[in-house]
Amino acid sequence: MLDHTRSQLGHLTRAALSCVLLCASSAPVLANEQPATAPAGATSPLKALKEAEQQGLRRVEPIAAIEYPKLLITGAEIHTAAGAPITDGYLLVEAGRIKAIGSGQAPPLEGAIHIDASGKIITPGLIDTHSHLGVYAAPSSRAHSDGNEATAPATAGVWAEHSFGPQDPGIQRAVAGGVTTIQVLPGSANLIGGRGVVLQMVPRRGSRAMRFPGAPETIKMACGENPKRVYGSRSSAPSTRMGNIRATRSAFLAASRFLERLEQHQASSEGAKKKSRKRRSKDSSKESGPDRDLDLESLAGVLRGEILPQVHCYRADDMLSMLQLADEFGFSIRSFHHATDAYKIRDILATKQVAVSTWADWWGFKLEAYDAIPESAAMIAAAGGIAVIHSDSSIGIQRLNQEAAKAWYAGLNAGFELSRNEALRWITWNPAWALGIHEQTGSLEVGKRADLVIWSGDPFSVYTRAEKVFIEGVLRHDQADLRTWSDFELGQRNSP
Amino acid sequence: MKALARLTALLTLLLSLLGSAVAQEATDCTVIIGSQVEMATGSSSDALVVIKGERIAAVGNAINGLELQPGVAPTARYQGGTCQTVDAVGSILTAGLIEVSSALGLVEIGLEQKTRHHEWEEGPNNRAGLRASDAYNPRSSLVPVARLGGLTSALVVPTGGLISGQSALVDLSGNSQQEAIVLPSAAVHANPHSGSSRAAGLYLLRQALDDARFLLRNPSAHQQGRSRDLSAPLGALRALAPVIENKIPLVLKADRAADIEAALRLAEEQNLRLVISGGAEAWLLADQLATSKSAVVIDPMVYGPGSFDQLNGRPDNAVLLDQAGVNVIISSFSSHRAGTLRQSAGNAVRAGLKPSAALWAITGAPAQAFGMPDRGEIRAGGMANLVLWSGDPLELSSVPQRVFIRGEQQALQSRQTELRERYRNLPGSPIEPPPLLRGQ
Repeated sequence: MLDHTRSQLGHLTRAALSCVLLCASSAPVLANEQPATAPAGATSPLKALKEAEQQGLRRVEPIAAIEYPKLLITGAEIHTAAGAPITDGYLLVEAGRIKAIGSGQAPPLEGAIHIDASGKIITPGLIDTHSHLGVYAAPSSRAHSDGNEATAPATAGVWAEHSFGPQDPGIQRAVAGGVTTIQVLPGSANLIGGRGVVLQMVPRRGSRAMRFPGAPETIKMACGENPKRVYGSRSSAPSTRMGNIRATRSAFLAASRFLERLEQHQASSEGAKKKSRKRRSKDSSKESGPDRDLDLESLAGVLRGEILPQVHCYRADDMLSMLQLADEFGFSIRSFHHATDAYKIRDILATKQVAVSTWADWWGFKLEAYDAIPESAAMIAAAGGIAVIHSDSSIGIQRLNQEAAKAWYAGLNAGFELSRNEALRWITWNPAWALGIHEQTGSLEVGKRADLVIWSGDPFSVYTRAEKVFIEGVLRHDQADLRTWSDFELGQRNSP
Repeated sequence: MKALARLTALLTLLLSLLGSAVAQEATDCTVIIGSQVEMATGSSSDALVVIKGERIAAVGNAINGLELQPGVAPTARYQGGTCQTVDAVGSILTAGLIEVSSALGLVEIGLEQKTRHHEWEEGPNNRAGLRASDAYNPRSSLVPVARLGGLTSALVVPTGGLISGQSALVDLSGNSQQEAIVLPSAAVHANPHSGSSRAAGLYLLRQALDDARFLLRNPSAHQQGRSRDLSAPLGALRALAPVIENKIPLVLKADRAADIEAALRLAEEQNLRLVISGGAEAWLLADQLATSKSAVVIDPMVYGPGSFDQLNGRPDNAVLLDQAGVNVIISSFSSHRAGTLRQSAGNAVRAGLKPSAALWAITGAPAQAFGMPDRGEIRAGGMANLVLWSGDPLELSSVPQRVFIRGEQQALQSRQTELRERYRNLPGSPIEPPPLLRGQ
């Protein structure tokens, strides 16, 4: 689909690189570092579903025990994303977690490596809720266009992590821009594109070992132009917005019935168990309940609130349709993505606590994006909503700080008085919340992961570089280190 | 109708100036007082710039024939006429920015075929006769958005095919093509590296240039039936004459170093003015590009590798090219987001380019490469395409405070600012019915 994007957008090189046409978002769910052992025998169907899920998340790739260095970082201005900046700040890091944070003289930490960050600014690591790194790996190729399973409009059973190629050179470039966590999503060709995956940006041989520990599962859904264009152009459903909604409702109706059967089966098997305790009779295991179904299991996870929906929509009325659909089936949308009209319904989005992942200044590449305005994120934040600046681009992700800056300054210049801390949260705490990992990362507070960036200066200046990037307290980017992570780039780059 | 349009325009202008300290009496000149003025020769602080008609009349710290009466509402007279004044202390004045790789005015919605006029989907390989100026829409909603990014001129470029056609240079103002178009045929654009074989692309391009040269040298041959088989219709080949005669540049898309090398060879053998567009790996050929005086259009923000042609892309591409003496032009390669041009230039500075070189790469360099020497810099006699910035023009926090195009101050409004104001208070779009009986 990226190929289509490129030819159709002509001049829009950056946009073309970013899969504008068919990108939706997705969502998060299960624990990351699963034990490598099989789960114990299932007893109830719901448990069985859960355990099948766990089984599906087992990891083959062993991870060598990480040596977490003890760190003492001093002298910096620390922007925590949790309040006012700390001047002459220090950070103590142990076992990948923030042990202490404050101003002035740091408490001693034996064996700590001292990093003098005088004159620098420290922020939490940046988080991108919308990336197609790895699923449309660079350089753009037919072989690596793995982001859209565009063979049916609802493919809830596919997982982005199975498309994700960890050799994408874009991963390291994003880290060099200060990004420490991303959500990788299937594209938006489909109404239900499949599961997203939340990754910490560390070099590994496979995606599973990059999973962010404890992040919930996510699912990508889409409304509007993309699905109806992709399928409508094949004269198959959906070809209209109403067709989009019908197909999505049908999928959730099926999932509701599936979940109902699971629950009925659970109730009856529990009833049978009670009886069997009294009578010590029949083996109930042959009443096995509904057959497993990867698509329905994903949607059942949404209905049970365990899988966070990340919904690609642009137009305000499309978002309202989706909110209505979510109400009908009793689930919550965690974040709309792109959502260029979100400012028009910011009161509703704030009340419902739906995050808005959007851009600073993308517009007009298609009709549903025609009403985008640069002040949107600021207007959402000013209304008490949860604004997120996302990239949806392998280029944009390299400077999320600049994108947030543009959105913040656009708001300030239009009279939306928002603090620097608020704007920083658009690329740190708010995306962490949208992915359900805000208790582990997204701000610099004692006990949280040491995902942090040391900037050469003001992160909202165009001239500022990320000098050092730490993920779980481990140095993953140093601007002096030019080694490539990507096998692809080996042996084919020249130096001046 | 015309009067109504004029009245609306006037009202819009007045509204945009409301609350500013500008003296609004009828004047025939404007004096910008106290800004830091960025010129090719360096920057001058606390300077005066006089605009008379559509041109810059004078620049300096003291100007002959200018009488200033300072005060709360300062007045000025220049060569006998009354001028309006602009208090620009603390602001920075630059030449208006120029984007050279966009479809501004040629496209409205990227994905809506009927609004895309820069690309001829089913067209022939050689469409050199196609003129973007014929399709340019000065009323496009993209134009005011671009102005809000500090752009005052643009090269609007056709795409597609091997030889895509002729670009036009436009000023981003005016209500007619006639008013907006500065040069209807500024350059011919080609993309010999798009097909399955690059060698084939260059072969076909050479063939077209050779045929065009044959026609140029034998102008009557065709009519007299003494012509040879030609690779394209006469219109396409004749449109290449100004390229062959070195009057306008040939802009070739090329990212890969090997392709740039081949393009340089073609330009040398055919004696063409070459501009490389894309240039991701141009730094590898910096010396050759400098020697041949070929300009290179790059976007410092695209640090790939987006394609196999960009494996050697570097964020400091512009820096290495500039050091070698190459004429660097920076572009956003965008239409809707042409306003990110200064962010692109800022990112080149982040990678090590001198700020003055970065500013030149989005003002003077594009103006000179594409035949608008009276634009792109601030000097007496030059076109008054000017932007007054709240601060460093390349910094994200700065905004244009005033934009002048051909001496006329532009309203800082767009469809986007109107949407913002409509939705400043919800519910936004008017949902209350109009009063049925007005005045009762």
